[in-house]
Amino acid sequence: MAVTGSPPRIRWRSFDRWLPQIVVSPLFAMSLFFVYGFIGWTLYISFTRSGVMPDYRLDGIGQYVRLWSTPRWHVALRNLVTFSVLFISLCLAIGILLAILLDQRIRIEGAIRTIYLYPMALSFIVTGTVWKWLLNPGLGLERVMRQAGFESFSFDWLVNSNYAIYTVVIAGVWQSSGYAMALFLAGLRSVDDQVLKAAAIDGAGPLRTYFSIVLPMMRPVFMSTVIILGHLAIKSFDLVMALTGGGPGYATDMPATFMYAFAFQRSELGVAAASAVMMLVTVVAIIVPYLYSELRGARR
Amino acid sequence: MIRQSQGGIVRAQGIGQRLKRGFLFLVLALFCVYYLAPLVVMVSTSLKSLEEIRQGTLISLPQSINFEAWAKAWTSACVGVRCDGLAPYVWNSVLMAVPAVAISTFLGALNGFALTKWRFRGADVIFALMLFGAFIPFQVVLLPMARTLGVLGLAGTVPGLILVHTVYGLAFTTLFFRNFFIGVSDGIVRAAQVDGASFFGIFFRIILPMSLPAIVVTLIWQFTQIWNDFLFGIAFTVGESNPVTVALNNVVNTSTGVKEYNVDMAAAIIAALPTLAVYVLAGSYFVRGLSAGAVKG
Repeated sequence: MAVTGSPPRIRWRSFDRWLPQIVVSPLFAMSLFFVYGFIGWTLYISFTRSGVMPDYRLDGIGQYVRLWSTPRWHVALRNLVTFSVLFISLCLAIGILLAILLDQRIRIEGAIRTIYLYPMALSFIVTGTVWKWLLNPGLGLERVMRQAGFESFSFDWLVNSNYAIYTVVIAGVWQSSGYAMALFLAGLRSVDDQVLKAAAIDGAGPLRTYFSIVLPMMRPVFMSTVIILGHLAIKSFDLVMALTGGGPGYATDMPATFMYAFAFQRSELGVAAASAVMMLVTVVAIIVPYLYSELRGARR
Repeated sequence: MIRQSQGGIVRAQGIGQRLKRGFLFLVLALFCVYYLAPLVVMVSTSLKSLEEIRQGTLISLPQSINFEAWAKAWTSACVGVRCDGLAPYVWNSVLMAVPAVAISTFLGALNGFALTKWRFRGADVIFALMLFGAFIPFQVVLLPMARTLGVLGLAGTVPGLILVHTVYGLAFTTLFFRNFFIGVSDGIVRAAQVDGASFFGIFFRIILPMSLPAIVVTLIWQFTQIWNDFLFGIAFTVGESNPVTVALNNVVNTSTGVKEYNVDMAAAIIAALPTLAVYVLAGSYFVRGLSAGAVKG
């Protein structure tokens, strides 16, 4: 190939050729350090005897043994299961219902959608603050019902250790069910009109069309919504902090609040690191297969 | 009235169908009430006096419009021991969110551009590895981040939070722009290259101007995420440098003195206003972010 232009220009050219890599490298390095490096550090600490201060001498699985023999961790896990199951199923149920209803060529659909979805713009702290007031034992919902004539109505879930976790579900569903609706609605809209016409010609009623044709077609949307909601559930920290502070006692603790309490309040770094690793493992088990299929799907 | 339907599933014809249609609207309206009620109660409680709150119920409307609770929440509510209201913390959040949103969006655009339009070897692997950072539970980086901020001398400061949000926002902004750039024809970049345009020339003069929608979606998404963040705020700042979400939580959970529910509600509205305003003004971009964020959650 013939060389054109003066030597400095060639040098500039080859520099320019490497520019994309040069631009990406520091960002990639940042990610390697702040994501993978930090995960590595936390993983390492979880295998040491670190207490108030990090201690870099390896100590086997001691911290995991301690973690799993801490009753509070079991409460956190139980709460996570209770919360996730209820949160995901209620969001799905409300989301699907609203998406189907909104799919009936409603003229003011835009306005209604805006109303259903606005809680997603709020911080979980705001949501928690509001629901803490709505569910206030005494002045909240209880007072409304009593004034309406139900004298013996009582609602103390917020301060009742057996039921407090359900208040977190109530507030969480209020905030996130609109998101599920939006995802399902987008899914419904992507169903081919031809399929619907064919079903109508075959004499299938609306209910039949939805349950035997449209919903089965939306399995991918269904999957990704479950994964997104599950991911939200595992990470839920703000809502618990604002609504119950993990209380009464530690009755509404979740892994995220457990980790925070052990890391920053009780200064038991080793146990905190071990609990963070458990959270990471759970998320990875859910998200990596999902990401893999998403990315592969995108490339196709 | 008979609605002629073109495709679709439910056909509104005849009296039975109109009843069904009425029921449909009833259910939709009930859900509107469900979603709006907390907002209405929040606003109405913030306009009441404490006396009124003790006498009435959640759903009783304020007798007179009274902005005292708002004034108190803004200027003199106690956040821990400091009683200057939320104003300084709102300012912290602004100082944190504006640079963090701008930097993470810009770097995401640059990164997404380099990874999709200059498909060098390993670009896909690098992208996948970086994307993973958007999904990790941040608990797993809290401890080392706290130490790193300490080493950098940024512990407990707003610049520290800017760094944290930029670093952990990058994975997601990159994803946004990558998804957008994949739909942009490679021919544009090649043609510009043939014309002798450099990497940055193409980026600034051609790519950035045409990615305005992606920029808006990313800005809005990042702003909402960063403004609403609580975990990093509570883990990495103390007292004076708290962002508004942490301050709000402290106002509400201050256990000393009389519980002022009206001030709590006013404070919650103040903390929520910026993101709500963005949502109302640019809702469709927000929704696009949510559906693009379906990969993030």
